[in-house]
Amino acid sequence: MSNNSNLQLTVEGREKGKGGVVQKVIIYILCTFLSILSILPFWMMFVNATRSTPQIQQSAVSFIPSTHMFDNIKILSSKNMFKPMVGFFNSFIVAAGATCLAVYFSSLTAYAQVVYEWKLRNAFFSFIMAIMMLPGQLTLIGFLQMCYKFHLTNNLIMLILPSIAAPSMVFFMRQYLQPALPVEIVHSARIDGAREFYIFNKIVLPIMKPAIATQAIFSFVGSWNNLFTPMVLISSTKKYTMPMMVSLLRADIYKTEYGSIYAGLTLTILPLIVVYLLLSKYIVAGVALGSVKG
Amino acid sequence: MKKKKAYDYARFGYIFSLPFVLAWLIFQLYPILYTLILGFTDLRGAGNSDWASVILWKEPLKNFITVLGNKSFKQAFINTLIIWGCNFVPQILLALLITAWFTNRRSTIKAQGFYKVMFYLPNIITQATVAMLFAQLFMYPKGVINDLLIQLGIFAKPVEMMRNANTTRGVVIFIQTWMWYGYTAIVLISGVLGISPELFEAAEVDGANQWQTFFRVTLPSIKTILLFTLVTSLIGGLNMFDIPKLFQNGGPNNATLTTSLYIYNKAFQGGYLYGEASAASMIMFAIIVLLSSLVFYLLRDKDEVELRKLIKQQEKEYKRKMKMGKI
Repeated sequence: MSNNSNLQLTVEGREKGKGGVVQKVIIYILCTFLSILSILPFWMMFVNATRSTPQIQQSAVSFIPSTHMFDNIKILSSKNMFKPMVGFFNSFIVAAGATCLAVYFSSLTAYAQVVYEWKLRNAFFSFIMAIMMLPGQLTLIGFLQMCYKFHLTNNLIMLILPSIAAPSMVFFMRQYLQPALPVEIVHSARIDGAREFYIFNKIVLPIMKPAIATQAIFSFVGSWNNLFTPMVLISSTKKYTMPMMVSLLRADIYKTEYGSIYAGLTLTILPLIVVYLLLSKYIVAGVALGSVKG
Repeated sequence: MKKKKAYDYARFGYIFSLPFVLAWLIFQLYPILYTLILGFTDLRGAGNSDWASVILWKEPLKNFITVLGNKSFKQAFINTLIIWGCNFVPQILLALLITAWFTNRRSTIKAQGFYKVMFYLPNIITQATVAMLFAQLFMYPKGVINDLLIQLGIFAKPVEMMRNANTTRGVVIFIQTWMWYGYTAIVLISGVLGISPELFEAAEVDGANQWQTFFRVTLPSIKTILLFTLVTSLIGGLNMFDIPKLFQNGGPNNATLTTSLYIYNKAFQGGYLYGEASAASMIMFAIIVLLSSLVFYLLRDKDEVELRKLIKQQEKEYKRKMKMGKI
């Protein structure tokens, strides 16, 4: 009996040696396939953005870029509807503003959790955990009505201010700060006569830099990509954000301008792709980090 | 001395938490309550904020009953569940497969960093652009996919694929899976890397093979992370809006109409039926809160039940021993 099982084990072991190489090759092939699948739609978009509409009509499939990129962009802007620069500017203001507020106030709230001992501290933390999963998108009608009341529709500030309360970011910052901040530093700063706000701004924020960088990237991208809230809140095309500009490409005047539509789509994600390729290491690490802590 | 100091500084805990609390009250709690109230009104029309006069005093639940009995809301709810479910299952399976490959201790895969960057790429791109891009690729008659299928000899002539409900739904499901499997894989991999290596060593010593190790050691260890992924994915899935909206605007024949899109259409397209849209929002809100707390409750309960069992067992043993000793 025991002999038998031993024999089986060795046979299995030998098979694994051979199977290991085959298995590895299959894994590499599949991973490469998935990687290609990730870029292929964007590559198709980029190539077609450089091709003229007649070229696309002849054959929509091509992997080699052509030379009509600027013609396409010219046609796009001649229609006076899709304005990537306006969208870019508005999105940047919203994303940057929202990110700064979210990062600063989340750090502040997390700092209050870690350093001070106050009666409601634990209760407040449970509260943050509880509201983390609330779907904000579903209360947008009430939010819109509130904006009407204060005459703040069509105002980008209403896309920025709500990010002061970002429960999941507070949670992340707290988890980061707890082991990273030696309380002695705070004590000695106090002895030196530093005030609490000064300690937070000048001593604690620099310590939190890595966490802030990670969270800032995700906050920025999330805000930049948000479609639902601005779509409900903003009606003036001057205040359109980038995702809303994208939706304008659905308009009838662009219907037959295939090349231009691809060019417009390319313009909207070019900044994102560049930023992603520059920061990909940190972004992927950030995704992993967020999961472990969350 | 120490106590007094702590007491002194305590107020800063409140002061520093104040901006968060204020912002939450104004921008989150207030809209929740406002939406809830609007659910009991007959408010219509953009820019109309006079809700007090249109409260449905006689039949306060009218909107909720209307929404729950509405055919397209039911359809939207079923669509949302189908699209979420059909994207979550392949997404989690693919992510688990990648996790198993990338965390295999016997054979290491090179260029993992590169692959992760590639897998995650679709997730960071604006969903609105992705939806428009796929709409463009699947266009009739001169779209990339049509041309490709003709060149491969699968189609004889261009087919208007987006007229078919199942194909359109399938493409939306594909986009969702394609966008999210990389994220899930990275999350799961980091979870597996957080498992104590001693566990795996012990499994190896015990002669467990790769599959046994994966199913008996790895999976149970990342249970919490799997659950977290499930809940966040579920909440995201029930809020799905960008892709169905900009891909085919809920069509064809409401095949990709999600509940969020239904609410949007009710409130901001045509009728401006804020009352009904608010009621639908609150129904979805309740469902999401219920589901996510249920899932969390189930997990926590299991662990606690096990712990309680253990304690009871030990207590019994202790009593038994006491008795034995007495006797």
